[in-house]
Amino acid sequence: MGEEIDRLTCPKCDTSLEPARLTAALGVCYRCGYHFRLRAPERIAMLAEPGSFREEDRAIMPRDVLGFKDSQPYTKRLEQSQAATGANEAVIWGEATLAGHPLVIVCLDFAFMGGSVGAATGEKITNGIERALHKQLPLLIISASGGARMQEGMLSLMQLAKTAAALGRLNAAGIPYISLLTDPTMGGATASFASLGDVILAEPGAMIGFAGARVIQQATYETLPDGFQTSEFLWQHGMIDLVVPRPELPAVLRQLLDLYAGNGFVKDFELPAQAKAPATAPAVPR
Amino acid sequence: MSDNGSVAAATWEQVELARHPDRPYALDYIHAIFTNFFELHGDRLYGDDHAIIGGPAGFDDRTVMVIAQQKGRTTAERAMRNFGMANPEGYRKALRLIRQAERFHFPIVAFVDTSGAFPGAGAEERGIAWAIADNLVALAGARVPIVTLVIGEGGSGGALGIGVGDRLLMMEHSIYSVAMPEACASILWRDIARKVEAAEALKLTATDLQRLGLADEIIPEPPGGAQTDYGVAADAAAAALRRHLGALVAIDIDRLVGERYARYRKIGA
Repeated sequence: MGEEIDRLTCPKCDTSLEPARLTAALGVCYRCGYHFRLRAPERIAMLAEPGSFREEDRAIMPRDVLGFKDSQPYTKRLEQSQAATGANEAVIWGEATLAGHPLVIVCLDFAFMGGSVGAATGEKITNGIERALHKQLPLLIISASGGARMQEGMLSLMQLAKTAAALGRLNAAGIPYISLLTDPTMGGATASFASLGDVILAEPGAMIGFAGARVIQQATYETLPDGFQTSEFLWQHGMIDLVVPRPELPAVLRQLLDLYAGNGFVKDFELPAQAKAPATAPAVPR
Repeated sequence: MSDNGSVAAATWEQVELARHPDRPYALDYIHAIFTNFFELHGDRLYGDDHAIIGGPAGFDDRTVMVIAQQKGRTTAERAMRNFGMANPEGYRKALRLIRQAERFHFPIVAFVDTSGAFPGAGAEERGIAWAIADNLVALAGARVPIVTLVIGEGGSGGALGIGVGDRLLMMEHSIYSVAMPEACASILWRDIARKVEAAEALKLTATDLQRLGLADEIIPEPPGGAQTDYGVAADAAAAALRRHLGALVAIDIDRLVGERYARYRKIGA
């Protein structure tokens, strides 16, 4: 589980949990249902058919282009994060099979610098989207991100534009994109790839929003309602399609893939080329 | 009672049957006809309207996009579904599903069952008329086949907001009207008590609409009405949907959209 230190105590109900039993319960507190954060490889293992995930872009590394330094140099932070997580970046992606459907899975990893989106992160996400586009595979992005990565400045901000532009092409090509929001999905992640799914799912109790509660309170002195920016709050406000408890995710994803990428997916019902690619849409290699 | 009076009484019976509280509602048809229905929620702008529901579903070996008006069965569900009267959020969710249907080439099946869009201050503030108007444009030009089935009440612009399409089918005891009889009586005579007279004058039964050339087919209901046997009603609806969708998907999409334009262009010409 992602929260090594607290893994034995549920932060919501304070119950002492047995690690083995918690793992067997997919990281869901077996007393109160609290969803612990997961590492990206754990997510993939939980959803992809065993052995089907082929990771891409393992060699892409983050770079300190700005020579950024806060309390410590960015390069140092990266080294520490890499050592602590065993990952090069805050995202992994690859092709996999889920319930018999080939697809592209992109999975953010909150354990690596808060899942923040730097240039390398954005590059890997975009490569994943473009793979889905070129091979006409459904796309699943699992978000867990604090947003843009401050240490990469504007290069980070522009990853929002880059990923959104790629998803615009995917959208125009009629390829389904399922977005799964997990705790937390905030800031630039929400304002770009995470909220652009054809279907948007979220795990229960996840923090999802743009500006954080503290920022809002400092700026406006507003009293925020109970449950503000939780998955359930977002569902009530029309922003997401469904809140899905983790154990139900495989079945829900299977149903969605059956519907969007199954028999009904442009097989016996071909539209003319004009309908598939509007004049403004990019050429899609087939 | 005059002849006209007995005709009016018969029409009123149709109105009451169309509103029968035990009549199958959209979800009853959806679960009987389709497999794998996955309800999508939210307009991505303001809220999720439970008076309009929708999402992809399996129909034979094809995925279709279902959009439907849903009334409530219990008191709590009636309140939750706002008595089947949608707010702008419902129409904007429907628009999201129309766009998605086009992108994935899912034919659209719309189930109409509403006394009208919700007449409320909030709905006005959030642009109910704008939301409906946008849907009329979107459905008129949508590059997928669309079959509309009126299962209960078709009330005015609120019904049309998900009801423009290539085929208009009506369950035998459904009605479809420019305004509900009560509203019409109130507008024309300032007297709701004249609703029976208004119902007859409006020509709102399935037979009326077929005679006017607006409805393509009337789907028979079991004796006494669909509420007596959901299975029989749903089977008849499924057979009609299958037949019409089968014919529509075979038509070149440019031609189909052109025919849809002509279909509406000639009404009243």
